[in-house]
Amino acid sequence: MPRHYGIYGGQYVAETLMPALNELDRTYQALKNDPGFRAEMNGYLRDYIGRESPLFFAERLTEYAGGARIYLKREDLNHTGAHKVNNTIGQALIARRMGKKCLIAETGAGMHGVATATVAALFGMECEVFMGAEDIRRQAPNVQRMEVLGTKVTAVHSGSSTLKDAMNEALRQWIARVDDTLYVIGTVAGPHPYPEMVADFQSVISREARAQILEKTGRLPDEVIACVGGGSNAIGMFKHFIPDASVRLTGVEAGGSGLETGKHAASICGGRTGVLHGCKTYLLQDEFGQIIETHSVSAGLDYPGVGPEHSYLHDSGRVSYKTINDVEALEAFDLLCRREGIIPALESAHALAQGLKSAAAMSKDQSIIICLSGRGDKDMQNVCEVKQKLFGKVTS
Amino acid sequence: MKDNIANAFNQGHKGLVIYVTAGHPNMEESERLIGEFIEAGADLIELGVPFSDPMADGAVIQESSQIALSNGATLPKIIDMAARLRKKYATPMILFSYYNILLAKGFEQTVASCAEAGIDGLLIVDLPQEEIAEVKPALDKYNLALVRLIAPTTPPERAREIVAGADGFIYYITVRGVTGVRSAVAQDLEEHLSTLRKLSPVPVAAGFGISTPEQARASAQYADGAVVGSAVVRLVSQGKQREAVELVRSLAAGLA
Repeated sequence: MPRHYGIYGGQYVAETLMPALNELDRTYQALKNDPGFRAEMNGYLRDYIGRESPLFFAERLTEYAGGARIYLKREDLNHTGAHKVNNTIGQALIARRMGKKCLIAETGAGMHGVATATVAALFGMECEVFMGAEDIRRQAPNVQRMEVLGTKVTAVHSGSSTLKDAMNEALRQWIARVDDTLYVIGTVAGPHPYPEMVADFQSVISREARAQILEKTGRLPDEVIACVGGGSNAIGMFKHFIPDASVRLTGVEAGGSGLETGKHAASICGGRTGVLHGCKTYLLQDEFGQIIETHSVSAGLDYPGVGPEHSYLHDSGRVSYKTINDVEALEAFDLLCRREGIIPALESAHALAQGLKSAAAMSKDQSIIICLSGRGDKDMQNVCEVKQKLFGKVTS
Repeated sequence: MKDNIANAFNQGHKGLVIYVTAGHPNMEESERLIGEFIEAGADLIELGVPFSDPMADGAVIQESSQIALSNGATLPKIIDMAARLRKKYATPMILFSYYNILLAKGFEQTVASCAEAGIDGLLIVDLPQEEIAEVKPALDKYNLALVRLIAPTTPPERAREIVAGADGFIYYITVRGVTGVRSAVAQDLEEHLSTLRKLSPVPVAAGFGISTPEQARASAQYADGAVVGSAVVRLVSQGKQREAVELVRSLAAGLA
């Protein structure tokens, strides 16, 4: 597999980390096609995470949109409540094979932090998670979950005190403790081999979904939609559909207050190429190359970069990237709660909002799959606060 | 020009490399301070280009970078400052930068501006051996050095590869960690540095965590020079600019 995706990707890190990345790469390349490793991993996916996750026909949402049939890939039903654990199981198994005793991770919405804390407990490893102070405030329930799982949560106060700063701090910590520690990156960004490895572990989503939709409908979907922060659920949701030229693939970035306001987190739709956190990719930056602060109602999408494979898929035209703003995401959040009895993560609500637009413009014999990447329990306090601010009331 | 860098290490004493966060606390004072550091005995100046996300730096340089950025530091202003300093001083100067800043206006154009200003080389913190092919042609075209880093974690075979292509000087990172002030010098320093010096066609300077004249002397005895950054930057952040200049003077005296 390539270290680069077209001009994107690569390994732009301090020399101190290169030997560790090379060791990780050697281990991963040796294990990725190893039947014993895959069997071990699949065992945990089935018995611990509860895969496969269902593909649910959302009948009342379909009726509301009035067009294409809407299917939801229920990653929210995984153990820990999101797709993140698909990846942390894989990386923790690799860390164990490498003899590492500690896991460190960054987290934004807290779902990756919880998923890392979970597997650390499962495998008896130490764990420390770095989280922006602003995110700790926005996602308090996940901080408590990590702590009861035995993980140390360290607040990061530098920069904008969000996900990118947590990633800076995790990289700094890794530089200092590289001998006995693996940095478990939660998204398809970072230096090689992370984008390839995380995409591999998340591709189980589309492997299942493709088979499930064929079984249910007898044909491929017309469109597949996922939200994109760093882009791990999206790569996982797209991977096995990429060769199917008839399937339209749509990534949804966080439009925040609107692309035109400059207050958003849409790296592809509103950024340009640069290098951050170990890879070359689309970034939100000023004319001098300083990274700019992002804005989104969703902590998990609040990241100024994006996985390098997404940058490549954008340039090649295989995936279309669009934005959904805060208000649209909150409306979709409400709709799914009220019409299907599912409380989605605010991240996933961005994909839902785009899905509703797409479905409305399609015919009733067509179908779309939306990746419901996580559940929204963590967002309740934040949703109430934001709704109060935007609409002056909490219930619609 | 890259050949000028050797002059930092052939003055009859160990070379004193001083890192400054360029534009810290502001552009004007930074320029004056760099002049004073040179007059106090700095043999090479690393102009640290402030970045919003300094992943390899500790708290002191993170803070100084934030201060410099909020007071308007930009790479074009830093290059202009270097050009003015070059008119007064022959002292070697390199840019110490994260890669994204150098890409923002186009890498080759940035390298051309650096060369024109009299900057002698670049150290790109987040550009390891694996990625240098994309920067070498422009650096060679403008005759600027690419200063390579070697860490305590770098295996011998990899160190040999890095050293083989080295120009300017080799920056040996003495500790497993980010930049910052530390109380002790690493234990395995002598072994690593003496091996490295035998292999390297260019001088080797030791840095990261060196803050006192004693530490500088201890680190430099196995190398061609020592790099001091955070200890000086911290004094500037505290508004102790006179003390910062005095620290450079005593570091220089310690290496004489």
